Amino acid sequence: MAFKIKKTLLYIFLIALAVTCLLPFLLMIVNATRSGREIMTSFTLIPGHSLKENWEAVFGYFNLFLGFWNSLKVAVPATVLMAYFSALTAYALAVYKFKGKNIIFYTIVVFMMIPGQLGLIGFYNLVVKLGLLDTYVPLIIPAIASTGTVFFLRQYILSVLPMSLLEAARIDGAKELHIFHRIVFPIMAPGVATMAIGGFIGNWNSYLLPLILIHKPEKLTLPVMVSSLRSSQDIATNQGAIYLALAISIVPIMIVFCFCSKYIISSISTGSVKE
Amino acid sequence: MAKAKTAKKKRRNINNMAYLFVAPFVIVFLVFSVYPVLRTLHISFTEYKGYGAMKFLGFTNYLRVFQDKFFWKALLHTLNIWIVNIVLQLGLAFLLTIIFSDMKYRMKGLGIFRALFYLPNIIAVTSVAFLFQTLLDWRFGTFNQILMKAHLISEPINWLGQTSSAPYVISVIQSWIWFGNSFIMLMAGVQGINRDYFEAAAIDGAGRWKIFGKITLPLLRPILLYVGITSLIGGLQMFDLPFLMCGGTKGDPLGSTQTVTMYMYKFGFETRQMGYASAIAYVLFLMILTVSIIQFKVMNRGEE
Repeated sequence: MAFKIKKTLLYIFLIALAVTCLLPFLLMIVNATRSGREIMTSFTLIPGHSLKENWEAVFGYFNLFLGFWNSLKVAVPATVLMAYFSALTAYALAVYKFKGKNIIFYTIVVFMMIPGQLGLIGFYNLVVKLGLLDTYVPLIIPAIASTGTVFFLRQYILSVLPMSLLEAARIDGAKELHIFHRIVFPIMAPGVATMAIGGFIGNWNSYLLPLILIHKPEKLTLPVMVSSLRSSQDIATNQGAIYLALAISIVPIMIVFCFCSKYIISSISTGSVKE
Repeated sequence: MAKAKTAKKKRRNINNMAYLFVAPFVIVFLVFSVYPVLRTLHISFTEYKGYGAMKFLGFTNYLRVFQDKFFWKALLHTLNIWIVNIVLQLGLAFLLTIIFSDMKYRMKGLGIFRALFYLPNIIAVTSVAFLFQTLLDWRFGTFNQILMKAHLISEPINWLGQTSSAPYVISVIQSWIWFGNSFIMLMAGVQGINRDYFEAAAIDGAGRWKIFGKITLPLLRPILLYVGITSLIGGLQMFDLPFLMCGGTKGDPLGSTQTVTMYMYKFGFETRQMGYASAIAYVLFLMILTVSIIQFKVMNRGEE
């Protein structure tokens, strides 16, 4: 009996913790449908009737869908480049013997330990010199050199790719790039997908770099646009509109999470055990 | 003989393909990772507004960092926020690991709970910051309304307006974002432990806490260290959350939430003293490097 009570108490604790993780988002969605006055005077989990007014207030101030589109224009190419070139680099480092291979590998390991902010000022300076301020190039192209992803995928190839497969393909006369595209990449796909999902979320949520590099209002990405809400006096007084804007910015990533949480969690698990 | 030679030559040709494969990575890496880091080092020895001429100063900027009491205050604030954060985050992750790895209770639903606990981690910090800022609003926030209705407080609390609570609000939110991640790592560690150990210990009559203290904890030590130290490295660079929730680089109230990176950002992008900002970045880097070296030493000792 005591056993059952204790077990029930543990479940109650777990559920309470899960509610703590969900409640802020739930309140956000509910408050997005209520008027500023209602939110200021009371709280509830029952949706209100002011969704339309809030919507008009948000989109009267700025076009959130433009921010959406801008974020997509950065996150999608950056993720694709990261996935493809990291896989290619990792494959070369894992399979071939060539001069400089060890130097490249150790430099990658060293740079994984260097905090991103160390080069921030030099990076900004470089972008200014190249005349790339207010373009997406400095947000996309550096994804080609994602040290952490290359490191992870190199380990991944070493554990999943049988070298005899490559030999067989070579005897059949297949070209090296062809082997990579047709044989190696499909075998690596689960590992690449895991890194790509993480990379997409990271790019989509990125704040500091776009904050520094993008200033034109029509080019702002979603996180920077959302953070600029606070400076608007007319909207800051209408909490309903704030909640709605936040909800719109969060919902897509939640949908991604619903479908991909398994991949994300498995990547964290393997990362921790291998370190 | 001749055949062996051509085979060898062919192999060399195959290996030469590797240069082509790594070339894009190497070029982009040199331009966008290596160059900025070296350029920042160069700027740290100069006076530079981000445009115009650079004036070479030698170590002046570094001496200034060491004498700058606001820098050390920012470092203390950063550590203050981080310590409360990591205690909460790891404590909670640990508790959850114990609950889910218990042989007697055999709790169900690990998959779904894990996903729910991880959810806060994938939401953009800008959105999280703004959401909590609105929920915690002194006069109109939903959070104070709930507490007042539950009669836990009689007057609204100005969570982000007083130095006694603002830094810890940041700590709690930071823990809320990261505890799921720590839990997943620790749980993966427990699942990696051979079940025979637990069963043998149970047969020998060892109790739950004894098994935990003698088997689980020692075997989890490397992961625990890894989680703790990566969190310290991340914590020393904390920026987004306090920057967004506490009045930009000022770190309201009274600078109690101003972190080192916010302080650096202020000089780099607000007052345009890029040389000084770069020096701050390098001093912070040296601190992180020291922590990393200690981590490496301690973890290697654990393996021997």
